[in-house]
Amino acid sequence: MPDRITPLAVSACTATSALGHGLAAHARALARGESGLRPNDISSAPLPCWIGRVEGVEDAPLPAPLAGWECRNNRLAWLGLGQDGFLARVEAARARYGAHRIALMLGTSTASIGATEEGYRRLDADGRLPADLRRPAIHAPHSLSAFVAEALGLQGPCLTVSTACSSSAKVFANAERLIRLGLADAAVVGGVDTLCDSVLFGFNALELVSPEPCRPFDVARRGISIGEAAGFALLERASAAPDAPQLLGYGESTDAHHMSTPHPEGLGAELALRDALARSGLAAGQVDYINLHGTASLKNDEVEAALVGRAFGERTRASSTKGLTGHTLGAAGILEAVLTLLALRDGVVPGNAGASTPDPGCGPSFAWQTERRELRVALSNSFGFGGNNACLAFARDGASA
Amino acid sequence: MSALHVAIEGIGLWAPKATGFDDLVRLLAGADTVPAPARAPAATLPANERRRAPESVLLAAEVAGQAVAQSGREAAGLACVFTSSHGDQGITDYMCATLASAPTELSPTKFHNSVHNAPVGYWTIATGCHAASTAVCAHRHSFGAGLLEAASLVVAERQPVLLVCSDVASSGPLTEMAGCTLAFGAALVLAPTPGVRQLATLRLTLSPGEPSAPSWPDPLPAWQSGNPAGDILRLLVPLARREPAAVAAAAPGLQLSMDLGYPA
Repeated sequence: MPDRITPLAVSACTATSALGHGLAAHARALARGESGLRPNDISSAPLPCWIGRVEGVEDAPLPAPLAGWECRNNRLAWLGLGQDGFLARVEAARARYGAHRIALMLGTSTASIGATEEGYRRLDADGRLPADLRRPAIHAPHSLSAFVAEALGLQGPCLTVSTACSSSAKVFANAERLIRLGLADAAVVGGVDTLCDSVLFGFNALELVSPEPCRPFDVARRGISIGEAAGFALLERASAAPDAPQLLGYGESTDAHHMSTPHPEGLGAELALRDALARSGLAAGQVDYINLHGTASLKNDEVEAALVGRAFGERTRASSTKGLTGHTLGAAGILEAVLTLLALRDGVVPGNAGASTPDPGCGPSFAWQTERRELRVALSNSFGFGGNNACLAFARDGASA
Repeated sequence: MSALHVAIEGIGLWAPKATGFDDLVRLLAGADTVPAPARAPAATLPANERRRAPESVLLAAEVAGQAVAQSGREAAGLACVFTSSHGDQGITDYMCATLASAPTELSPTKFHNSVHNAPVGYWTIATGCHAASTAVCAHRHSFGAGLLEAASLVVAERQPVLLVCSDVASSGPLTEMAGCTLAFGAALVLAPTPGVRQLATLRLTLSPGEPSAPSWPDPLPAWQSGNPAGDILRLLVPLARREPAAVAAAAPGLQLSMDLGYPA
């Protein structure tokens, strides 16, 4: 088991998803249990399903100096960065530490593949991408991070993590290591994924897309609803922001089982959980809330519910918020980290939206309705294809750890 | 500025005229080597996986297998950092072409193999590895950024790490954008110092600046310009020549300086 780490301050954060732009919209939706899902109106060919689409991306072009990065994913990134004063917080950190001392670690599963898809739909007579899309940087999976580095004026270590649906959870681990080792003084972490044909028709081909709004942990769940989101957080040493919520730890593991099906006994998920608890110096009984991966796929929810049942008692509350936002894939880690931080801040256990008849495998920890109670420590689970697992641990503030 | 100290315990290489690091040593000594086969053998993968694996998986598993074998370590115990600037470009080309013509006919297998972490996923399945594994990229800086990530994992967690840096050749209309004219892969097993069977030691530091263009004999410049993973030659060439220093970029304007030491 790993050694306990020194907690880091999460000195700023923001999220943009189908629930709205910025923290206030997300806090409101969490408290009321309001879903942002709607019938699919984005794929290039009809596909009857529900999606979590962000409003207003089409109307938010990039500023002229950044126009070379134009594509839906980078637009969503820019829209997200513009919420909650996040740009100003990064600017202040840059002034304090220097551009070379702030790491940028972002997760995405498909980056701007939507622009590549569009190029293939509009190939010219010579079979080339159309002239307006002949921009090599947006056709590489690093597009998001390279764009955000330029937009924020950051010149420190810069990395894209692309481990499917655990991507933007794992970036907290990358950043913590760099800060612990003295290679950076602060880090912007986060992730962005946008709705595109690759994921809609890809998950459809795997028969994992629900024809109705997703119902995580419902006995009659029929698969996932895909969403899109942008989320960011600023991590600094705890002394720089003593009153901020804290990243207590994280766990990472690999199933070594199958490319697109979780380990049947949740082996990897449990390893990530135990790793996160050890690194945070927590016993399971100290965890007040877990934001579950809870995709509403048959297998994930079965395995994850069993893990909650064997690892936690009733006082630990657990729910999935994907019924509100959809599964935002590579952005799910950061989106749900931000939702977890809001739950801690507001003392709100989000109800497990979308389920009407609980799967009998779900134990007493599951919060089927929104609950109000003091929350001090919470976890967020993110599991991805390739059996890639991550678990994050947060505290409401430094006194709660 | 903090320095990271790690040991190199194994090296793997697959390039147009190299099927191992020894071939690079021979090429630099002026000898000729034979062209590598089109398909990397990737002997670590089970036979049935090897038959149906996409090219990106074969290439990554081949160089990973070489490096791990040389290190003498159990693959199951190595954390994994796999870097690739473009992922499996053959699958991306297939996906985008199919989505443009008949989206509902997309192959489910191609889709799950399209994730950036497919090579590390298959590698961990083949080796029974439950350690942390990741798939990362940084466009033209995937090697430097990946080495920084792998070395920070070694030092922070005091554990050995397998670093793989590979990209396949481009296909279809994306060729003009990605510009990979050849397949290239390399791998390192990195460990806390002192390593068990260390081939060399690395001391890594970051500083603002851009490394200058290297000056290498043919065919190495073509490997570097023809594939972003070829940037790892910035370390492998000095290692092959037993030189004391190397330099790469970890990000635009951020130099990763490497001091190399060799056991007596």
